[in-house]
Amino acid sequence: MLQFLLKRLAAIIPTIFFVTLIIFGLQQLLPGDPAVVLAGEDQDPTVIAYLHKKMHLDQPLPVRYAYWVGGVLKGDLGDSLRIQQPVSALIAQKLPVTIELAALAMLIALVIGIPAGIVSAVAKNTAWDYAANLFALWGLSTPNFWLGILMIMLFSVSLGWLPASGYVSPFEDLKANLAAMIMPAFVLGNAIAAVLMRHTRSAMLQVLNADYVRTARAKGLDERSVILKHALRNALTPIITLGALEFGTLLSGAVLTEQVFSIPGFGKLIVDAVFNRDYAVVQGVVLFTASVYIVLNLLADLAYFYVNPRLRG
Amino acid sequence: MRTFSLFRRSLFQRSLFKKLGTVLVLAATLCAAGAHAQTLRIGLAEDPDVLDPTLARSFVGRIVFASLCDKLFDIDEKLNIVPQLATSYQWTPDNKGLILKLRSGVTFQDGEKFDAAAVKFNIERHKNLPGSNRRGELSPVTTVDVIDPLTVRINLSEPFAPLLSVLADRAGMMVSPKAAQANPSNFGNNPVCSGPFRFTERVAQDHITLSRYANYWNKDAIHFDKIIFVPIPDATVRLANLRSGQLDLIERVAPSDIAGLKSDDRFKIARTTEIGYEGITINLGKSDLAQKNPLGRDPRVREAFELSLDRQGIVQVAMDGEADPGNQWVAPSNPYYAKNVPIPQRNIARAKALLKEAGVPNPTFTLMTPTTSDAQRTAQVVQAMAKEAGFNVKILSTEFATSLTLADQGQFDAYVLNWSGRADPDGNLFSFYGCKQPLNYSGYCKPALDDLLNHSRSTLDPVERQKYFNQIAAMTTQDRPIVYLFHRHWLWAYNKKLTGFRVVPDGLIRVQGLKM
Repeated sequence: MLQFLLKRLAAIIPTIFFVTLIIFGLQQLLPGDPAVVLAGEDQDPTVIAYLHKKMHLDQPLPVRYAYWVGGVLKGDLGDSLRIQQPVSALIAQKLPVTIELAALAMLIALVIGIPAGIVSAVAKNTAWDYAANLFALWGLSTPNFWLGILMIMLFSVSLGWLPASGYVSPFEDLKANLAAMIMPAFVLGNAIAAVLMRHTRSAMLQVLNADYVRTARAKGLDERSVILKHALRNALTPIITLGALEFGTLLSGAVLTEQVFSIPGFGKLIVDAVFNRDYAVVQGVVLFTASVYIVLNLLADLAYFYVNPRLRG
Repeated sequence: MRTFSLFRRSLFQRSLFKKLGTVLVLAATLCAAGAHAQTLRIGLAEDPDVLDPTLARSFVGRIVFASLCDKLFDIDEKLNIVPQLATSYQWTPDNKGLILKLRSGVTFQDGEKFDAAAVKFNIERHKNLPGSNRRGELSPVTTVDVIDPLTVRINLSEPFAPLLSVLADRAGMMVSPKAAQANPSNFGNNPVCSGPFRFTERVAQDHITLSRYANYWNKDAIHFDKIIFVPIPDATVRLANLRSGQLDLIERVAPSDIAGLKSDDRFKIARTTEIGYEGITINLGKSDLAQKNPLGRDPRVREAFELSLDRQGIVQVAMDGEADPGNQWVAPSNPYYAKNVPIPQRNIARAKALLKEAGVPNPTFTLMTPTTSDAQRTAQVVQAMAKEAGFNVKILSTEFATSLTLADQGQFDAYVLNWSGRADPDGNLFSFYGCKQPLNYSGYCKPALDDLLNHSRSTLDPVERQKYFNQIAAMTTQDRPIVYLFHRHWLWAYNKKLTGFRVVPDGLIRVQGLKM
């Protein structure tokens, strides 16, 4: 276990190095001079020249990369040129919001997706199965922004039950926080639930036909134990990977959902930064989310150890 | 009101009828206190950039500044310059100096006194702070002299008529010298000005909270304790927030939502014609590309293009009627509109004849447009109209940052561009038509026009200035570096309980006099 962990940790360093190269390289492909964009509508040439210098745009690419990575190694992700706040402060500000939204969405996805997948596999080709499949199809094919706007129209404008958009910190007012988060979390969770349901169903169908399940049944175990203890445990391995990846996607920001519900999370931060060519923010946030992905993958690998005893040998 | 009913019940229980009068007084006091303890929640279409008037670049930031930072002058509903921190002004006989009398008893939100030294500090800061966006606007300003604590003289290298309107915008905003000096690199994150509300908190992309400044010089005009600005880029969601009661006032309502709002008696709509415009900039000489395209090469093709357009039709289709057709840098309702050059009527036959004369009956060009829905719809309507005259218009939709860079490099034939506008026509003109000016994407350059532009800036008499504007209009509408299309309506919607909303063509929200 320790050896495995050390091996994986050692692989992280070159991965992150390549990630920095890719982030920096891809950003150079963005069309448009960031100084021209950041100079605002007046386009004062002295301001553009000043921004070129400040962003080191007058330097060759390798030098600019070195400036950035040098800062990152010292723990300095740079400052947003548009609103003049440190990128690390912006990440610290947005991260709790995004984590909460992602966690709530994941919770909703798990609560709906896994039971629906199990029911659909166990009751294959019954009305339950068709209903679960229909739900999955609906979840996968409904655009987030459309569902979001419909929910706002119904629950906020017509019924007046929930706030239309915005964010309140849970430490300020937990009830208001949940009221603000429930709709975006459902919109996001609904789509992931559909994916989880499909994967749980196929994984369960595979293991339900396996020999060990037949043996378990032959031993006279009740169906509940066969499904939940024997079949589901094995079927969970690919679902954990998928869940971790989906959670990683959620952490990198649910762009459209955050935009529709005006949730000040990572998605909104990065989209605005890309459109405003606020390079420091784009680089900092992408690096951070890439690192989160890497860590989540590591955690998923560790979780395999826990659920699959064969890997421990 | 709940507090009031609790009070009332307990007093009644003790049968203190004789104290009914006292209760009523108490209730009145509570209600009065309640009226003041109010928050105004405003929905913005974008998240503002840095909140430092010297560095700020965005239009939306000016909406926040209107509550945060007072200016030397303001503009009114009819675009007149009106006093704010300066109570009066006088030009020196050579027109190279502007003497300002300042308002007494004004303090900054940190308690520091506003005086002539503060004005000198601020103008010098605008001119010298690295990255200042105000330097260009104040370029004719050479020095500032403090004459006495409430009199200041701004010296100019040459007479400069737009100065008053420049001082009625961000260049006229005064920040506390003490706060700016104490926090030079990070002032925008904790700005201190002399406006009615002081900065309290900002969570980027979420909200900006301002709290009432108790010692504001015009405090009787302020009826809210707090203002919360909430950026919500999606117009539908912004409107949903107004409808669900989470916002009291929203700016830039989508024209397509106006019909639905009109039938809802809980809200009021306010509108005025903007001081800016939407137009099509044509590459006449910005790059080699200009000469490769008949549109850039031949004025007859440009005339034919303009004649193929029905501006009223464009406004109806692209803007749901929420704009005024226009053919100049200011709207026909603006006092500086050049009446000698009226909006040309659509004339397809003449357009076709001109194209035939130019030898290109079916010219092709690319119309670059940002991805905003207004601009895209406009481009599509223009494409369809121009086709009837024989034009083959290819639309190239590019995200704003890219289109701006391509425009700057001259990599376009024609470009749909919107300008938010300035109160003085010079702000819509000089930088767009002056040779080598930063916003001259057309690459249009005529020494005779430069002369006219310089005269229009250095002449203080409005009647004389108008003569220059008329000549500029005659020249530019012949050459057509920009084919102006329309002037949008600023559209606000607000809770009908809100009173005192002032409709000023710069699109800003002035909180003085607003009441709920």
